[in-house]
Amino acid sequence: MTEDSAQRLEVQAPEVSAAKARRWGSFYFMEHMLRSMRAYAVTIIVTSVGNPLLYLFSMGVGLASIVDRSPTAHFAGVGYLAFAAPALLVSSSVMTCANEMMFPVMDGFKWRRIYYGPHVTPLVPGQLAAGHVMAVGVRLLVQCSVFFLIMLAFGAAVSPTSWLIIPIGVLAGMAFGTPLMAYAARIEKENFQFSMIQRFIVMPLFLFSGTFYPLETMPRAMQWIGWISPLWHGNQLGRLATIGLTEPLWLVAVHVVYLAALGVIGMIWARRNYARRMNA
Amino acid sequence: MVTSVRAAQPVITARNLVKAYGDVNAVDGISFDVPAGESFGLLGPNGAGKSTTMRMIGGVSQRTSGQLDIMGLDPELQGPEVRAHLGVVPQQDNLDEELRVRDNLIIYGRYFGLSRSYLAQRADELLEFAQLEDKAKARVDSLSGGMKRRLTIARSLINDPKILLLDEPTTGLDPQARHVLWDRLFRLKERGVTLVLTTHYMDEAEQLCDRLIVVDKGQIMAEGSPAELIRKHSSREVLEVRFGTDRNAAAADQLDGTGDRIEVLPDRVLVYSENGEESLEVIRARGLRPMTSLVRRASLEDVFLRLTGRSLID
Repeated sequence: MTEDSAQRLEVQAPEVSAAKARRWGSFYFMEHMLRSMRAYAVTIIVTSVGNPLLYLFSMGVGLASIVDRSPTAHFAGVGYLAFAAPALLVSSSVMTCANEMMFPVMDGFKWRRIYYGPHVTPLVPGQLAAGHVMAVGVRLLVQCSVFFLIMLAFGAAVSPTSWLIIPIGVLAGMAFGTPLMAYAARIEKENFQFSMIQRFIVMPLFLFSGTFYPLETMPRAMQWIGWISPLWHGNQLGRLATIGLTEPLWLVAVHVVYLAALGVIGMIWARRNYARRMNA
Repeated sequence: MVTSVRAAQPVITARNLVKAYGDVNAVDGISFDVPAGESFGLLGPNGAGKSTTMRMIGGVSQRTSGQLDIMGLDPELQGPEVRAHLGVVPQQDNLDEELRVRDNLIIYGRYFGLSRSYLAQRADELLEFAQLEDKAKARVDSLSGGMKRRLTIARSLINDPKILLLDEPTTGLDPQARHVLWDRLFRLKERGVTLVLTTHYMDEAEQLCDRLIVVDKGQIMAEGSPAELIRKHSSREVLEVRFGTDRNAAAADQLDGTGDRIEVLPDRVLVYSENGEESLEVIRARGLRPMTSLVRRASLEDVFLRLTGRSLID
């Protein structure tokens, strides 16, 4: 560095840096995360476009053609594809969010220690948690929007409020993702906990949360899985938006409040765990 | 208490710093001052509490007790403000390998709220400083260990800090890479940047530090400039003699009076003396025939051995 350029380039005062970081720190980390995602952008695009195509094609052309012929099958008065599509969108959002809140968190704390770079800058650990969540939120928003457009193309979104499935998908993803993030932030050593979660929590929820058939068709003894599952609440909200499913107002409120509460509690818990782990 | 001597105001003041993990005090009552522009070292073996002290200075580890003042701020209460003044080079590189070399600098600068136009120019200057101009677009994982270290140092300078904390800056690097790094750090020192570094390498401490504290088991064993410490705790020269692993201890018994002090290590015997060659003559005159002998200037390693009875690198 020459003296000339050192003089020409005037650095911002540390007090200004600190004030900006206190205010915008989460956004700065979000920016970092989004840039890092570019490294696996191809995977993101392929899953965002490929998943809905595969799901909707197999459901719409395959399963639906059999199910819709059955005189006893009844799916809120719409075809099977329209019934399953919003739930498939919500499921794919929840699964993506679960992945983004497990392996990258471990990467941040342990494998590549990405979190420890910004940790010694004016940022604080809670902002890293928030920035991570916001970046994943952006990814989910893109993914749900692409899914919605493909739903439109398949004729699987019939109601004028259908677009609401996009924020609903993001909300359901976060309701599942932030508590998982808080848990992941406490793991010192990854002994297959993440694949256990995928096998024994994510997968059963996918199957038993009224994704492929109404929850009421399950034996009563198993319906509780749906009631505690963010996926079921998201699925029901999605169907309210896209196919005009009718539910009592109080139940709609329960769906929204339950999902929001999980997301917020998970976020608070995650911020606390980040601070505890990083400021030991 | 308010001191009236403002000119001597240190940029870092630590008083009775303690950090406890359970029943163990990793840092156990450390006090020191670092004036602006000084190059200050914490020398000690692994686990001495050096890194923990550094983390407390940056406000990323909460102290158990004691006082800490960085540029008039308490890092525990004003962490972001303190860290905005600092550049930090961690012990373990944590560059983002998904990003290109130059992008690592830019994204890091964003954490200080620095504008993109400033960062574009600053990143180029720092790549030049770190001798990585031709690697600007390279992937981080293609860099050598020394290059990664230089990039980490360049990254820590993005906010033009007045205080630079370096935790074991050259551990794991080959001799050539270490010398390149020392040269860069020396240039920073010449520009008036306050350097605070931890190391368990005596040569590094002697090369870079104006003043240092020798730390062991969380406590300060000695404090001073490298030359002062050597003068105070060691003779001017050291004669190293080897009689063979199983004979060193027996031979040492016959070395009494050949120097100021004798230290028996598993592989060799150290004779502390003002004149090593003379001591060797005396040893030979006694009919002892060491397999090898070496006369060298006393170093901080000898100081550490004297103070703790142990080597720096186990």
